[in-house]
Amino acid sequence: MIGAHYPVLQVVIPLIAAPLCSLLPKTKLPWLFATAIAWICFAIAIVLLLQVYQYGPLSYEFGSWPAPWGIQYYIDIVGAFVLVIVSAVASIALLASRCLVETDIAPHKHALFYTAFLLCFTGLLGIVATGDAFNVFVFLEISSLSSYALIAMGDNRKALTASYEYLIMGTIGATFILIGIGLLYSQTGTLNMLDLRERMHAIGGFRSVHAAFAFFTVGISLKLALFPLHHWLPNAYAYAPSVVSTFLAATATKVALYLMYRVFYTIFGFEFSFDLLNLGLILLPLSIIAVVISSFTAIFQPGVKRLLAYSSLGQIGYMTLGLSLASKAGLIASIIHLFNHAFIKGGLFMCMACMLTRMKSTRYADLAGAGRTMPWTSAAFVIGGLALIGIPLTSGFISKWYLVLATLEKDWWWLAIIIVFTSLLAVVYVWRVVEQLYFREPHADCAYVKEAPPLLLACTWIMILSTVYFGIDTRFPVTMATAAAEALLQ
Amino acid sequence: MMDLNQSIWASMLVPLVGAVLIYIFKSQKRIIEIVFVGTALCLLGVTVSIVKLGDAVFHQTITLFEFIDSVPFAFHLEPLGILYACVASGLWLVTTIYAIGYMNANKEKHLARFYICFCIAMLAVMGIAYAANLLTLFIFYEVLTLSTYPLVAHKGTDTAKAGARVYLGILLSTSIGFLLIAILWTWSATGTLDFTPGGILEDKLSNELLVLLFALYAFGIGKAALMPFHRWLPSAMVAPTPVSALLHAVAVVKAGVFCVLKVTVYVFGIDLLQTSDANIPIVWVATATMLLASLVAIQQDNFKARLAYSTISQLAYIVLGAALATTTSIIGSSMHLATHAVGKITLFFCAGAIYTATKKTLVSELNGLGRTMPFTFTAYTIAAVSIIGLPPLVGSWSKWFLIDGAVSADQLIIAVAFLISTVLNIIYLVPIATNGFLLKPDDGNTKINEAPFAVVMPLCVTAVLCFVMFFFMPVIYEFLS
Amino acid sequence: MSIFFDLYAYWVSILLMLAGLYIVIDHTNLFKKLIGVNIFQTSVFIFFISMGKVDGGTAPILEEGYRVFSNPLPHVLILTAIVVSIATTAVGLALVVNINQRFKSIDEQEIEKLELEEE
Repeated sequence: MIGAHYPVLQVVIPLIAAPLCSLLPKTKLPWLFATAIAWICFAIAIVLLLQVYQYGPLSYEFGSWPAPWGIQYYIDIVGAFVLVIVSAVASIALLASRCLVETDIAPHKHALFYTAFLLCFTGLLGIVATGDAFNVFVFLEISSLSSYALIAMGDNRKALTASYEYLIMGTIGATFILIGIGLLYSQTGTLNMLDLRERMHAIGGFRSVHAAFAFFTVGISLKLALFPLHHWLPNAYAYAPSVVSTFLAATATKVALYLMYRVFYTIFGFEFSFDLLNLGLILLPLSIIAVVISSFTAIFQPGVKRLLAYSSLGQIGYMTLGLSLASKAGLIASIIHLFNHAFIKGGLFMCMACMLTRMKSTRYADLAGAGRTMPWTSAAFVIGGLALIGIPLTSGFISKWYLVLATLEKDWWWLAIIIVFTSLLAVVYVWRVVEQLYFREPHADCAYVKEAPPLLLACTWIMILSTVYFGIDTRFPVTMATAAAEALLQ
Repeated sequence: MMDLNQSIWASMLVPLVGAVLIYIFKSQKRIIEIVFVGTALCLLGVTVSIVKLGDAVFHQTITLFEFIDSVPFAFHLEPLGILYACVASGLWLVTTIYAIGYMNANKEKHLARFYICFCIAMLAVMGIAYAANLLTLFIFYEVLTLSTYPLVAHKGTDTAKAGARVYLGILLSTSIGFLLIAILWTWSATGTLDFTPGGILEDKLSNELLVLLFALYAFGIGKAALMPFHRWLPSAMVAPTPVSALLHAVAVVKAGVFCVLKVTVYVFGIDLLQTSDANIPIVWVATATMLLASLVAIQQDNFKARLAYSTISQLAYIVLGAALATTTSIIGSSMHLATHAVGKITLFFCAGAIYTATKKTLVSELNGLGRTMPFTFTAYTIAAVSIIGLPPLVGSWSKWFLIDGAVSADQLIIAVAFLISTVLNIIYLVPIATNGFLLKPDDGNTKINEAPFAVVMPLCVTAVLCFVMFFFMPVIYEFLS
Repeated sequence: MSIFFDLYAYWVSILLMLAGLYIVIDHTNLFKKLIGVNIFQTSVFIFFISMGKVDGGTAPILEEGYRVFSNPLPHVLILTAIVVSIATTAVGLALVVNINQRFKSIDEQEIEKLELEEE
């Protein structure tokens, strides 16, 4: 039965496809191939989610070696949900990537670009699917290394320095996680996450376990770009090729956040992380600072891509904020926002991709009057922007709703006020762009640009409409997030 | 005959279909004008059919779907909502005709965008009027804010954009910053957001917290323009006059006070407000707004700005009536919602007509214009007297009930404040009419120079309405009580 | 004193780790920074390997007379980690080469200056 192998196929298919892709000729074949692979993965992810939702967690033992001796893939509802998000974004981004890659990247590199893309995709899926701590490190590095290469393909030379900075920070982060894994292994003698969890209960809080916890926290926060470890992110997203920034913005930090849930809830356990070591006390102020400062910084950015990157930092802050509330409601809010933000930010970066193909710039001044020359793209940006602010009928509102309710549940009024206040900052930075789009005359050399290519535009609208859809019909994300939070808190 | 379900659907769909049709025919000016008026006619028809359904269907809830946390997206009918829907859809019809005349006479651009946003704003108004719970109300409230933003910024000049920015900034920040928090608080305190006769908050919160919550609602509904969150109203006056007329005499501001009324009656409940005294701070804020805005209005030379401050003051009447929380004052407020709408829209129409005919925008330039624009100035006089509140014009009814409400709430100071405000109304409204008729024109020109027919006709209609409605007010009184 | 001498392998790895991080932070030369990262990673490898060593243990081959074995798993893990580290260095060096071509410099401060001029 092939059905039993879905957990491994999810990761292995793109992994095998990646090198094959590099052998393909310089036609549009690599694109077709990579897109097809992504859609297959998406289909598998949906099947997995359905199975997990119905029958409970799936585990897959490599070579039939029973865990904890063999390597085990373990997919519960949290993982399955994140797998769906990652593969959905990847398949839409890849579908849209054709015209973007043609303009952004030299023809002889197309096949290599898609190879790197598939590898990055593999890495992200692997982090989520695996139940083995060391495997997490390997997949983390697979995704990071390929994303360094992808970012460096941006045509501005600053993409190179951005990628270099990301490489240094990313490697240090991953190595910190490796140290954490080593310390845990030295105490428990196992690498299997579920096994780790049980043995942790037995040994309690040794000093080296505390040290491991600290290394994990810092390492993951680096990958997550949590304030003050966020410095690599804005440039990396701003100068990467548009399809790469779309994909990374929508998935990479989300997977890092998933890792955070896994480590703090599954491995260390709720009591250890939040009651004994007071993780909330560290995460909460950092999240608040992240939200406030990056929302302010976003207002003063010279270009829209950088603006979106800073706004991402703020949104990550909301997610860790939910996590740091150390309650079920907070965790649900965090997971819902993880889902919603993936599509909101993905959609917005796609809008920027549309504009980049036509105008070659996303600086404010160059976007003037695009509401007239590119009406569909601009309309999509407005809807995405409203979702970012959290206007009702968009998915951003749902996130805010649950987040504020979670703070009210704790009677933290001041925090609720901070959350709504920072949404107002989002109004300011979104509206700066909207005014440029609609109430300025286009530049002379941009006055006759055409609307973005139909395929790209269609993919953008799929993303944007999904934010509207999930803002109205909230059943799917809310049910999944609730189930996921329950699974994590078990 | 449509049933409840169909008619509520229809009142949302009619403006939507209108907007889509206008988008489809955006290059043919004639067709979109016909569609625009046709939409308004249909909407009025739908509203009339809803009125005919009678009180048998009140408080029957129509649920579309579950939204968040089992709060549904739902609609219902109740007297206040029907009154608001009637006022809005009736005056919309008049405004469409006026808007077409005005936009053509002043050669404004981007007509399709303008009419589409107008239709969507009406959709939002209908949603607000029939919303069955706070969340549905909030959603349409935000839709109304966003759909009117392009209307305010319509001219695209720097002043228009700056005005629109203030408009959007204040309305969004009060609604997200206060109203949303108030709604979430209500939800976490009571577990329901439905509008229920008698309120939902009884025994849920202590008196001090009720004061805070009521203040959050009153200020959070920024469209009610309580000071100090009133700045958006004068800034939004950069919009073309039909926008100011409909949106700032009827749809937007009335949406604000309507929300306040609805929250007072169906969330807090009159009894709860009276026993807890949660309303007292807002009573004083509203009184202060009422008097201060009138004083500011006296100093304004720009005609539309003067009307804008007058609106702020009149809105404070309604909020004050709601905050007094007696049955009489609530009825007075609801009536004032209708009577002020008719009066103020006439005044705005007049300002637009004068601008169309002469390009004059300052009060000090209007001397003697009554001779050249007799219809406009007669209509102005009628509406001004109605707003001041003298019989036999419709404004007298609502003012009477408001003062009566203040007396019955043992707030004699408030009753006196109403009287002082009336005097102030006279000071800032009447001189325009007297100067217009009695003084000599500055340029000596006495030839009749009215604005185009499509502009003048609507303002005459609304002026006549001011008079006719006087006799129908008892019917509305019956309906409301 | 035994804490120093008995656990000397851990002290070495800590020293290397600090040295590596210091180089990353302090040097402006992109190439040297990369080497710093490399030293940092290597220190973690040493840490892992020394973790697996059991005093008096032999290679984990079942043979008459040997009861104590060193743990082989860390070695295996580190083999993988070394590959990862090599790949990281390779990508990093490729980036430095490219940066050198496009900026004509591999000094962080000079590049920053060039980037600022561009804006």
